[in-house]
Amino acid sequence: MLRKMTSHKLFMPVFCLAMVLLVNVIMTPTFFQITIREGVFYGYMIDILNRGSELILITIGMTLVGASCGGVDISVGSVAAFSGALCCICLGDGAAYRMPLVAAFVLSLLLAALCGLFNGFLVAKLQIQPMVATLILYTAARGGAQLLTNGGVYTIKVPKFKSLAGAIPGIPLQIPIAIAFITFLIVFVILERTALKMSIEAVGMNRKAAKLVGIKTERIIFGCFVITAILAGIAGVISCARIGAADATNNNASIEMDAILAFALGGNLMSGGKFSLTGSLIGAITIQTLTTSLYALNVSAAQLPLYKALIVIVIVAIQSPGVQEMIARLKKKKEAERQVMAE
Amino acid sequence: MRKKKKERNVNTLFLMITVFLFVLLYIVGMVKFGNRGFAKLQVFLNLFNNNAALILIAIGETMVIITGGIDISVGTTLGWTCMIVAYSIEFKGMPVWQAFLLALVTGLVFGIVKGYCVAYLRIQPFIVTLAGQFFAAGAAAMIYQQMVSVTDELFVKLANWKWTFPFFGTTNKRGIVTYPSISGSALIALAAVVIFYLIMKYSKFGRNLYAVGGNETSAMLMGLNVRRTKFMAYVITSVLAAIGGIAFVLNTSGASLGQGEGREMNAITAAVLGGTLMTGGVGNVFGTLVGTMVIALIESLISFQGTLSSWWGKIVIASLMCVFIVLQSLLSAKSQKKKGDTSHV
Repeated sequence: MLRKMTSHKLFMPVFCLAMVLLVNVIMTPTFFQITIREGVFYGYMIDILNRGSELILITIGMTLVGASCGGVDISVGSVAAFSGALCCICLGDGAAYRMPLVAAFVLSLLLAALCGLFNGFLVAKLQIQPMVATLILYTAARGGAQLLTNGGVYTIKVPKFKSLAGAIPGIPLQIPIAIAFITFLIVFVILERTALKMSIEAVGMNRKAAKLVGIKTERIIFGCFVITAILAGIAGVISCARIGAADATNNNASIEMDAILAFALGGNLMSGGKFSLTGSLIGAITIQTLTTSLYALNVSAAQLPLYKALIVIVIVAIQSPGVQEMIARLKKKKEAERQVMAE
Repeated sequence: MRKKKKERNVNTLFLMITVFLFVLLYIVGMVKFGNRGFAKLQVFLNLFNNNAALILIAIGETMVIITGGIDISVGTTLGWTCMIVAYSIEFKGMPVWQAFLLALVTGLVFGIVKGYCVAYLRIQPFIVTLAGQFFAAGAAAMIYQQMVSVTDELFVKLANWKWTFPFFGTTNKRGIVTYPSISGSALIALAAVVIFYLIMKYSKFGRNLYAVGGNETSAMLMGLNVRRTKFMAYVITSVLAAIGGIAFVLNTSGASLGQGEGREMNAITAAVLGGTLMTGGVGNVFGTLVGTMVIALIESLISFQGTLSSWWGKIVIASLMCVFIVLQSLLSAKSQKKKGDTSHV
């Protein structure tokens, strides 16, 4: 029974989340309490989910990219900043919006999609390693965001803009949480109900074989990068709405690390292939909880990466071929010893 | 053998383009800013003086890319070691040499960990060094989060030391003759270029680097120690990043948080501009030096121009890298097609 449980693919992510939550409950007994204040759900858990919506969105994309091409897209944070900046510039810093809200959204998401097309082109058509290819936009997109906002913070003076990150009118739930979970559900249903998940996994496991069975590998990889970039764009706009301004330097800065961490924590293989979107979601929530608890322990934002880097290296090291071989060797040795004992 | 020759040609082609680019940019600078002293020898030497640290980390980056890997932690490693040197001299009263040694040991240990993860645990180099990048950034923040400027007497003396040329003097309006000079850190960086050029060309370790990057399986079948070669490449790169940190702190006489960030991008671009193939096996540090000079020239032109923000530099450098990577990929796809290789699906 225990063995069956521990061998389930979602065991590790759920276990990690449970550990983090347990520590938090011990530290703050009111951790799970959810109350309604001023018509909105209020509580630690809600706060974590709310703050983590961007991470959840980007992790969904990172999972698709990671599964389909065995690499990661490190440009997500910069793309988020870029499209967030464009959205704010389109809306203008006047007393009223310069153009309809929807038009600004569409434009900024188009920009994000363009970034995704660029990444996809480099990876799928030109066969450049995904991380090297996305390194270009990792620098250039944030540079573009800086240029749009003139290097500083571009504030939107319409107070209604901030309410976009507030509660849904009539329902006591924050809009970012709703967006994140609805997106997750849509992607999840599409993946499960169509052959898309299988195709992505096939491409990730063996691109050549997938092509030979007739899967349009290039289109799949293209699609994954574009979806990731669009999700990053949505995350960027949400971040802007949260502070009511476009902050080119800090908008979703170093979120790629969190997303990779969430992807790895979700029990997915860094080398691509089989993946679990639910695992990634749990991973993202775990990371966000961890971040919040580290902040509660008075760890400054600048020091935070150190802890995350340590965790990521441990998780990835456990998955690595070197350690896996070591474990296999140890198991074999034990088996042999047992046989000798039996004889 | 033939393939090797062709790839060498590709390497020379890229190097030629880069040299051409350098000359072109220099002429543009002469024409636009010649009246503001761009033509002075000192401006040219400042390309080395201001970018000694970049040259050092780009050498390491070249080695790692030649083995077929990548190291994106060099930038923050540089920032981290900067902080170590500045903090330990200024606040702990450590002797200068001891602080330098501490920085080097930090680089060495950090490199050993990264190299072990990449070479022996076989984790993707990008993931390891991405984690390394964040680790080093966080570690620097653990030490100190504000600006540190070093006031130690010996340190200031070292930082200001430069070799003044006894010739090519220019006379200014008041009739005072100033001679062009090159800083100590730039001389160290140039010496490192020569040393690593020789090591990579003539030593066994150097040849192993190319063999591993060219084709890992055949290198292994040839009986080369692939893992140790990779391991050593990461360790040396990390130590070079630490030396780069020392050069940087000598150059700026201080350290602040986040100053190394983004420099890995410049180092990678320098290597790529110098003809190092991202797929590994081809490249040399002399080309990387030329690549670094192009980047330095672009930044210098932007600062001479005065009104453009420094972000333009990042965008230009990123697009240069993009163009070169795309060219590389197109050329390699073409040569593979010629051979009728179908492994490139």
